[in-house]
Amino acid sequence: MSDPNRPRNDPMDSYYDPKHLHEFANIGEHASELSAKFFDYYGSVFADGALSSREKALMGLAVAHAVQCPYCIDAYTRASLEKGCDPEMLTEAVHVATAIRGGASLVHGMQMKDVADKLGM
Amino acid sequence: MTTPLAAPKTSMLWRRSALASAGAQLELLDGVQLDAGRSTFDAALGGAGLEPLTAAGIDVLQLNLGRVCNQVCMHCHVDAGPDRREDMDAETAELALEVLARTDIPTVDITGGAPEMSAQFDRLVTGARALGRHVMDRCNLTILLAKGFEHYPEFLAENQVEVVCSLPHHRALSTDRQRGDGVYARSIEALQRLNALGYGKPGTGLRLVIVTNPVGAFLPAGQDSLEAEWKVELERHHGIVFNALYSITNMPISRYLEWLESRGNLDAYLQRLVNAFNPGAVAGVMCRSTLSVDWRGYLYDCDFNQMLELGTGHGAPRHLRDFDLDALASRRVVTARHCFGCTAGAGSSCGGETAGG
Repeated sequence: MSDPNRPRNDPMDSYYDPKHLHEFANIGEHASELSAKFFDYYGSVFADGALSSREKALMGLAVAHAVQCPYCIDAYTRASLEKGCDPEMLTEAVHVATAIRGGASLVHGMQMKDVADKLGM
Repeated sequence: MTTPLAAPKTSMLWRRSALASAGAQLELLDGVQLDAGRSTFDAALGGAGLEPLTAAGIDVLQLNLGRVCNQVCMHCHVDAGPDRREDMDAETAELALEVLARTDIPTVDITGGAPEMSAQFDRLVTGARALGRHVMDRCNLTILLAKGFEHYPEFLAENQVEVVCSLPHHRALSTDRQRGDGVYARSIEALQRLNALGYGKPGTGLRLVIVTNPVGAFLPAGQDSLEAEWKVELERHHGIVFNALYSITNMPISRYLEWLESRGNLDAYLQRLVNAFNPGAVAGVMCRSTLSVDWRGYLYDCDFNQMLELGTGHGAPRHLRDFDLDALASRRVVTARHCFGCTAGAGSSCGGETAGG
């Protein structure tokens, strides 16, 4: 529900807008040189190289879930499908992100264990 | 939450769907609000200095023998299925062979439906081969295992027919979702049978091509990249080899149009095709080198126009009995909005991408 204290049509009524993905290039309106460098680099990163563009799209999808970016999830789900992946492959990629995130929490449990072992009897 | 639809069990015609009508399909496509400047295919061609679109000869005579098929695929542009009855008669088949005999059209591309189910399939294959023409069979694979049709792998090999077979994905999930439960397993078995006869293997002359199309509302991946992946995956998991992979865009007509509309994907998909209009893909579109013939002998610029009942136009002959090579080889192509499907991205044709090197 929108905040009644905000003016009507406030652009921050919603923090995510799907049209931002399609308008992303407009970020170059200011600091255009930096944007141009970013988009040029971005395009090169996802081109076929030592890794195929399909593998990179799946990696992008996994990272999108790890950083929880809805724009990236939208973009890399489409990109992965267009590059010939099926839903099982997409889901396994998401599980890779999930496993790394979960594992990152769990491995910190070793710190907990060290402290608990030292303090406990 | 959107759940996947199961592949239909019957054709749209059988279900009396409004979209079984070609006119209703064209009307639906024309009703989509598109960005100005490319609201029609001819406008897009004109903007690129490519209008009018004309044929550059006839290299392929594509014979669509009818609508009968053993499968009911979700994306079928023919609305084919076991409930359809349309099939070419012997008189029309002989007419097609007469046309071939008095021309030097090098390739005969036989399609359907499942063309092997047509009463005229054997006669057309042997007749075209006797005339020295290259023959292609657009095969759905599963028919090669169906009762009464198990002899066709040997028949195709004996007649040196190129097999161009459909398999949307190298894994089971998407294949069965689009083509029906169990289709993937039977398709793999059929490919293994073809391999055992020498299809897809060096030195046999038995060419085996797989055709893939997206399982959803998106464009296909680059053909070369996909082919490399498919060759690795099909050999690794099933020991299957093949010569080439064609990557084809789904045309927004017939059952694929029905699916797009039912999922609310139509407007975005058509706009996606329009946005991806690639002038570099126009020269290789199939209508410039192919003439499509229906089960009654009527002529079309392509199989998609055939399904939309858009016959050859602009004064060109309209039936095999009026065949005039000179008039047809340089005919102007009949276009409509679905044509954006053949010029999107890397382009698409019965031979896969059109803009590749």
